[in-house]
Amino acid sequence: MYAKKGTWFIVKNTLKLASLLVAVSIISFTLVSHSPVDPIQSYIGADMTSVSPEQRDNIAAYWGLNDTYTTRFSHWANAVLHGNLGTSLTFRTSVADVIAERFFASLALMGIAWAISGILGYLLGIIAGMRKETWLDVAIKGFCFTIASTPAFWLGLLLLMCFSVWFGWFPVGLASPAGILNEDVTIYERIRHLFLPALTLSIVGISNVALHTRQKLIDVLDSEFIRFAKAKGEHSFSLLWRHGIRSISLPAISLHFASFGELFGGAVLAEQVFSYPGLGQAVVQAGLGGDVPLLLGIVLFSTLFVFAGNLTADLLYQVIDPRVRRRRTT
Amino acid sequence: MSVSNNIIRKRKNMWSLRVKSTVIVSVSLSILVGMLISSFFITPDKLVVDLQLRNIAPSLEHLFGTDWMGRDMLARTLKGLSLSFGVGLLSVIISSFIALLLSLLTLTNKAVDVCVTWLIDLFLSVPHIVLLILIAFTLGGGFKGVVIGLAVTHWPSLTRLLRAEVLQINSAEYVAISQKLGKTKAWVAAHHVLPHLLPQLLIGSILLFPHAILHEAAITFLGFGLSPETPAIGIILSEAMRYLSTGMWWLALFPGLALLVMVGIFDILGRQLQKWIDPFSGDHL
Repeated sequence: MYAKKGTWFIVKNTLKLASLLVAVSIISFTLVSHSPVDPIQSYIGADMTSVSPEQRDNIAAYWGLNDTYTTRFSHWANAVLHGNLGTSLTFRTSVADVIAERFFASLALMGIAWAISGILGYLLGIIAGMRKETWLDVAIKGFCFTIASTPAFWLGLLLLMCFSVWFGWFPVGLASPAGILNEDVTIYERIRHLFLPALTLSIVGISNVALHTRQKLIDVLDSEFIRFAKAKGEHSFSLLWRHGIRSISLPAISLHFASFGELFGGAVLAEQVFSYPGLGQAVVQAGLGGDVPLLLGIVLFSTLFVFAGNLTADLLYQVIDPRVRRRRTT
Repeated sequence: MSVSNNIIRKRKNMWSLRVKSTVIVSVSLSILVGMLISSFFITPDKLVVDLQLRNIAPSLEHLFGTDWMGRDMLARTLKGLSLSFGVGLLSVIISSFIALLLSLLTLTNKAVDVCVTWLIDLFLSVPHIVLLILIAFTLGGGFKGVVIGLAVTHWPSLTRLLRAEVLQINSAEYVAISQKLGKTKAWVAAHHVLPHLLPQLLIGSILLFPHAILHEAAITFLGFGLSPETPAIGIILSEAMRYLSTGMWWLALFPGLALLVMVGIFDILGRQLQKWIDPFSGDHL
């Protein structure tokens, strides 16, 4: 019974992922092929004058730019299916390598920020929920609403201004100091360069989790079994620990997993402000520089990333809440 | 006794809540209207370059200071806000319309419903910023690119909300009776579903504003949005980034703060409206 359900779940989600990826590929390929940006010009860059029209035609023929849209798409899709995402124009290496390298830098940033914002948001949510309608609750709620309306990149700019320019505690940008080989960078230096972008991203992520946890906790504290527990004489922390935590933890974790899309978007902005060489900065460079293969590669990759988060959230919901499981099967 | 006390307390709270939210709404609305109207009084001569007045820190003369070309930051910020509002308004209208249309379409049959749900999933599966970059890349950026990008990326969450509402209304008994009486699906949609949907649509679209405006600023900041010569907040901030190390803090602080206030106002308006229309949600937030 469970095995059957499990297989169905896997099959369903694989099909869904496949359909999404196919649709995203078609849409994004169609979009970029209608772009006014001339791929040859962005490939050659500044030495436009040193390239004769014949050479241009050769490049166009080599890339198959004169082919019809469907042939180009089938070429590209075929290559992607064989694991070849093409060559990045800005980085002059294979797109897969660029994505892998950049993703690890971004992963450090997003992972730390994700964990910190999750824990802090969760704790703030619990405090606000426990002290509902007190000044503490009002303060936390106000903080969360303000954060939710704050442009992430502006927050990054303010932090950069305070800590790097005025106090001089942190470097102005980059993941490692300039002029030092990648191998020689110490862990301390890496953390110093990671700190501000991670801080920005953490603050931005807090509000959602905190407000959600607060709401959930208030709902739980309103229920009959809490009234009963209170009647037995339990209160404050032990009441929360024994009766509240379980009902609010997993939904919060699920919600946090489902926020991968926003996390990625925040990372794009934070990386741009702090010139941190991650995937987000790469996608901006790809877009501004007309680097079509890299742009398409990152679009597909970010789709996978977001899907992984949503799938985890979905799975967790089923584990937590038997009602969801039952509804799905009927 | 405690029960009646509770009721009395609740009622008292309700009154003060209504008064409170009326005050909040009128104050935030007047700030918003003030921002928008004042931008009309900013004639092009207020935005001119005046190299005599470069890099002035905030003073009574120039409340937000001036930049490295002597332009008054207050004037630029207000222009930027009205620009953000325009972009936001246009894209919110388009995406609300898409959302309404798609959620009403789910009434037709199960297959359409599955398609709409899949479309929602599709558009939520790519991070907004990445999709916006892609669309701006295709349309070559600019005003059109931003509005279309925002409209295309912001309907899914609202559609999801409205679709749930449509499902609920459609399973109500009076709808079943209507259908038994031979009313067409279009009639049911127009007379039963739509009237119930409108309040949700209104709240939902107002709550779309914060997202739309923030995304517009973000995409412009990254260099894909409005053109560099417009005084959009994203442009102002990306220029300010270059002058950050010179210690001109006012270039970044005030424009961003102004944007924060405008986004916050829309958030507040949406939430208060929600409290009025659906008082039970007012208990929570």
